[in-house]
Amino acid sequence: MLRMKVELSTVLITGWLALAPLSFGADTDLAGGLKGDANRGKPLYKRYCVGCHGVYGDGTGENGVYLDPRPRDFVAASFKCRSTPTGTLPLDSDLFATITRGVYASGMPSWLPLEAQARADLLAYIKDFSPRFKEEKPGEPLQIPPEPEVNQESVGRGEAVYQKMECWKCHGKEGRGNGRSASTLTDSKDRPIVPYDFTTGDRFKCGTSNEDLYRIFMTGLDGTPMPSFRDNIQPAEAWDLVHYLRTLQTRVKK
Amino acid sequence: MAGGLMKGHLRGAACTLGLLVGIVAITSQTAQAIPAFARKYGLPCSACHEAWPKLNNFGITFRDNGYQLENERDAPIYQHPAYFPISFRITPQWHRETNNRVAVDIVPGQASSGLTERAITTSGFDLSGLDLWTAGTLYNNISFQVLPSSDENASFHFESAWIRFDNIAHSRWVNVKFGKHELDTPISEKRFLTLTQSGGFYQLYHYLPASDLNGFALGDNQLGVELMGHSQNSYTRYAVSVLSSNDGQPGLPSNQTYDVYGDFSQAFVVPKFGVQRVGAYGYSGRSPTYFLTSGGVPIPGTGQGNKPFYRTGVYGIWYVGKVDFSTLYMRGQDNAYLGTGTAAGLAGLPDGAQSPTWNGGFVEAHYTWSPQLVFVGRYEAVRMSRQALPVGSQLSDGTTVTDSLGNTTAWVGGLRWYPIMSSRAGVALHLEYAHVLTKGTSPVTGSDVRSSSVMGGFDFDF
Repeated sequence: MLRMKVELSTVLITGWLALAPLSFGADTDLAGGLKGDANRGKPLYKRYCVGCHGVYGDGTGENGVYLDPRPRDFVAASFKCRSTPTGTLPLDSDLFATITRGVYASGMPSWLPLEAQARADLLAYIKDFSPRFKEEKPGEPLQIPPEPEVNQESVGRGEAVYQKMECWKCHGKEGRGNGRSASTLTDSKDRPIVPYDFTTGDRFKCGTSNEDLYRIFMTGLDGTPMPSFRDNIQPAEAWDLVHYLRTLQTRVKK
Repeated sequence: MAGGLMKGHLRGAACTLGLLVGIVAITSQTAQAIPAFARKYGLPCSACHEAWPKLNNFGITFRDNGYQLENERDAPIYQHPAYFPISFRITPQWHRETNNRVAVDIVPGQASSGLTERAITTSGFDLSGLDLWTAGTLYNNISFQVLPSSDENASFHFESAWIRFDNIAHSRWVNVKFGKHELDTPISEKRFLTLTQSGGFYQLYHYLPASDLNGFALGDNQLGVELMGHSQNSYTRYAVSVLSSNDGQPGLPSNQTYDVYGDFSQAFVVPKFGVQRVGAYGYSGRSPTYFLTSGGVPIPGTGQGNKPFYRTGVYGIWYVGKVDFSTLYMRGQDNAYLGTGTAAGLAGLPDGAQSPTWNGGFVEAHYTWSPQLVFVGRYEAVRMSRQALPVGSQLSDGTTVTDSLGNTTAWVGGLRWYPIMSSRAGVALHLEYAHVLTKGTSPVTGSDVRSSSVMGGFDFDF
């Protein structure tokens, strides 16, 4: 008997994002029993991905040189959007979420219109580009504590964290991405990179929620100068910082 | 005898005119594949197109989003100033056209000699029309499309020209399009894979009973305003349009009435098979039965005696791995005044007149071996379930009514091979054979008409 799933993708995305921090050891299977097949993923990669990410998955597709930021190098296996500690591999659910959501302010679109199985198959094929996925296990996913209440005190503490951690050196005193170090930043490929401008809206590289922003502080954006602050700030301070940064956003979509 | 010759002359003239109009309409390239999008976003053509110009679901979603990927790089300000959202498409080809019953003078060169029917075959190297297509965004959430399209002699018209306000109130469910545009349907005649004179359009989308006055065709782009909405992955889609009753012809040539169109579809995933889609549509319109005249010449825009018609149906798009099927059923009906060519208000209906009604459907299959090789086959049938006049009657053009008058059966087969596929340009070797049988419509004897097309060409765009 055939099961018909109507718009399950939307439900699945929400479910996966919620479950990602809790999916210990679930690094080969996705939630809901979805298993990717690299053999099925190969023709999908050729259809959808090769133009940017290249035949060898190293980000040197024919259009890669025209994109800023450049397409992800799957061979290096260094990913921005993870729920795992800096320097470690992401979970399958992290990569699946990136494929589904896309990457804001980049050439990476949301592949939500593809059925979930197709995205899982793509994920399985992409992992084949790097030996790291065979030699290493993903890091231990971050546990995100519940968000405390947003209030003036939290915002004030967050501003203090912003000052103490010297976020302003890159992101600028008003969060416009124009800190004094901004013009000197390069990514892991020695290409110029600009810090995020918090005043441009409510979408981040790796999501839109407060949890996504929290996760970015605590795991860093590998391959970029954005480090992990997991060893430098407490979870409560990270939430305060989230609350402060939200006040910098002057063009928030409802 | 003289009366028969006169009717034959009228039928011959009407059919010749119809043939000429058909040739102009059919060889005008209709195209919806735009490498400019691939250049803008760096995606290969295969990201949006099953095999261009046919869209896959990612492409449908991109189009529904107002030609935006919604990654904050959509507005023109983010593009290199040298980028211009324009693409060209044309198809140089060799083709052969055959029609088994064309009205010809009995003595060539002497119109007074009367008409007979002959099979005529023409063949040779030729050009299609040219599409000069530009589309994209004017700003975040303001998209547009302008498509000047020519016939093979570079005579241009506007195939489409519209502006669309996308995601109004930040909602995907509210998008408003204004201008000349294709009616919203996932089974698009503008993005299909057949190009010949006999096979390059859906019979159902253009079908009219013999001597019907209606100028409407579902496959023609229309002028009006469309409200459209979709879910985030475009699995759920709807569209409602209000259109001028002029079949998309600019210059207000018809009448003062307005038509309404609606479409709804829902896609769903069947494990191991892929994304399936079902939908339904309906069009309700009015068409004039006569015009005011000056010196006997019809005055544009003065359509009178407007009478109703409708087209309605259901469709499905089914995927089974590399094979997909598009299936469509349609029912159409025109008012008896339209069907009998009677000027409402000036003349009474003939005895026994009734609203002509027809049913039809097609199955079109594609085997997409890869984004660079696709096979296509289509079978289509239109059957009159009620003629405008009783069997044995004579229509205004002299045609004798039979049960099967106008019934049409068509089938098409072909392939497209894309030797290159990049985000800069595309080229397809296109091979196609199409055959159409129409019952009882030959211009002189009222016999069955068979026409066929064979084509080999290079369909390229950049």
